[in-house]
Amino acid sequence: MLSIKNLNVKLEEEDKQILKGVNLEVEAGKVHAIMGPNGSGKSTLSYVLSGKDGYEVTEGSATLEGEDLLDMEPEERAAAGLFLAFQYPVEIPGVGNMTFLRTAVNAQRKARGEEEMSAAEFLKVVRAKAKDLKIDADMLKRPVNMGFSGGEKKRNEILQMAMLEPKMCILDETDSGLDVDAMKLVAEGVNALRSEGRGFLVITHYQRLLDHIKPDVVHIMADGRIVKTGGPELALEVENNGYADILAEVA
Amino acid sequence: MAAPAEKMNSTEAMIAAHPMPATKGWSKAARGDALARLRAMGLPDRRDEYWKYTRPDSLTQTDAIPAAVLHNDEAPLFDGIERLKIVFVDGVFDAEASDDLSMEGVSIERLATSDSDLHWARDLYGTLEKSGQTPVDRPLAALNTACATDGVLIHVTGKTSKPVSLIYRHMSDTSDAFLHHCIKLDAGADLTVLENGPAAARFNKVMEIDIADGASFHHVRAQGRDHERRAATHIFARLGTESQFKSFTLTVNGQLTRNEAVIEITGDNASAHIAGACVGDGEFHHDDTVFITHDAVNCESRQVFKKVLRNGATGVFQGKILVKEGAQKTDGYQISQSLLLDDGSQFLAKPELEIYADDVACSHGSTSGAIDEDALFYLRARGVPKGVATDMLTLSFLAEAVDEIDSETLKEEMMARLESWLARRRG
Repeated sequence: MLSIKNLNVKLEEEDKQILKGVNLEVEAGKVHAIMGPNGSGKSTLSYVLSGKDGYEVTEGSATLEGEDLLDMEPEERAAAGLFLAFQYPVEIPGVGNMTFLRTAVNAQRKARGEEEMSAAEFLKVVRAKAKDLKIDADMLKRPVNMGFSGGEKKRNEILQMAMLEPKMCILDETDSGLDVDAMKLVAEGVNALRSEGRGFLVITHYQRLLDHIKPDVVHIMADGRIVKTGGPELALEVENNGYADILAEVA
Repeated sequence: MAAPAEKMNSTEAMIAAHPMPATKGWSKAARGDALARLRAMGLPDRRDEYWKYTRPDSLTQTDAIPAAVLHNDEAPLFDGIERLKIVFVDGVFDAEASDDLSMEGVSIERLATSDSDLHWARDLYGTLEKSGQTPVDRPLAALNTACATDGVLIHVTGKTSKPVSLIYRHMSDTSDAFLHHCIKLDAGADLTVLENGPAAARFNKVMEIDIADGASFHHVRAQGRDHERRAATHIFARLGTESQFKSFTLTVNGQLTRNEAVIEITGDNASAHIAGACVGDGEFHHDDTVFITHDAVNCESRQVFKKVLRNGATGVFQGKILVKEGAQKTDGYQISQSLLLDDGSQFLAKPELEIYADDVACSHGSTSGAIDEDALFYLRARGVPKGVATDMLTLSFLAEAVDEIDSETLKEEMMARLESWLARRRG
């Protein structure tokens, strides 16, 4: 599904290397988690994959089902099936949440040469999915993320993911700023989307999200590289011993 | 002090080219008075402080610079709204295209054909324009009072059932139109006036609005999209006790637009709101010049202006709140903001407060910024193409000004039109 080979990335503005040869394969139907200390390059990886400005790929490749992601505009990556749940979802005054969602859904469909969703059909589907995530009609009507609590913003991200039905989902610290109940709700939303044809890359600092979204594979990232890969037990090891032991071991 | 010779020459040339209509009627005295005022002031030139950011040359030269008529197939604005239509083509009244001018609670007449000597408009025509000449000269408005060839005189005596819709069509590349409207609202009356259309190659328009106690006046205007048209418009409004004035203007395209609004709040507990949204591209210069005077107690005024500029377009805002001595409990608010879509575009703002009362709350702000890159990336990451995403953020920026319109129907009409205009430019 997602194939990253020897990815080297530096900041455009300053000569600072952030990713130093990342290799990662996420298979369809699998959930991979990336854990790592602050500044290890986890968020950069998610931004580079989704096409944010400000980064320069100096070496390596990233493909989605064989298509070169790095050569595409952000909207083309989305239409190809890539989705990033933002760590900090952006507030957009004056743009209604529903308008935004419908524009996004139909823009992707159009880009793929599919038929656009009618207003009535869209409304029906979005209401059902919003209900599962406990997103009320008022939140749908409000401008995108305006006045949403931290938990509401993250649930709104998952609603977008559910509506867009991507092939490859990247969750960037979706647990940050969430209390236990909100995290459960978000995890349920994610788990409902797990399927054979869909891959997940869950980026997190902490093991607790992984109690709710059970990963198949766990990677530890440090200083721009994946330094260790293992099963779910690796996340528990981090939880119990911190990163220091693992980093010392691989150093 | 007499104006400099050069200024006088151009003023006299303009007066010669646009003589006072040969009226014997009630407006003759006001026209003569305005002509004398114009001669004393002279037409503006670029040395005038009030025209520091906008070159008046093309508005003051004797002949209008030709402007191509924009042909398009879009549905006329306000089409779905029940209204009384009054149509002017290149500044000339079109009886065929206009509705019958009778309507409950309102008397409507044309300036050009109202000749009774005891006309109510005698007390209004040129009166608010004249008082609006202090403390700042507005010579183009005096020129208009002197030489306006037509306009509507609207006297509202009660509640109105539908808006009066002034439609300005542009058919001739060389038209030079002068229209002057007078609107008088009796105590407790209400009226909504809609205006739309490019009007002429060059359009000089004055609207004087006298709002009596407890009356309310709503105004929604969309200036035509013809790229080369030029316009200098003035609104002069006087507000009585507990009266309300609300005006919104949408401007998309046009080579040069100067919209002045001079609002005098003379009665207690009154409120005046004025807002504008504009989208400018390339050879586009748009100037909002607003002067609100608070001369009564416990009144509120609000100015909200938003401009989106690209490809070297220029936006200007000169907004002033003057709070006179004794105008206590005044609540004055003013915001002007621009969204600059490239480095070549510019926004020039001159916000001013002048306050002579000690118990008031007045605030003003002005900002210029680029598109929010984080928001743009967020939209694109969801699959929205860059052009559409930019338009969504542009609309989002302008929505705050459009939101100032009271009527939901008119608000939606304005937003829908803005959206389709932006989409057309993209296509």
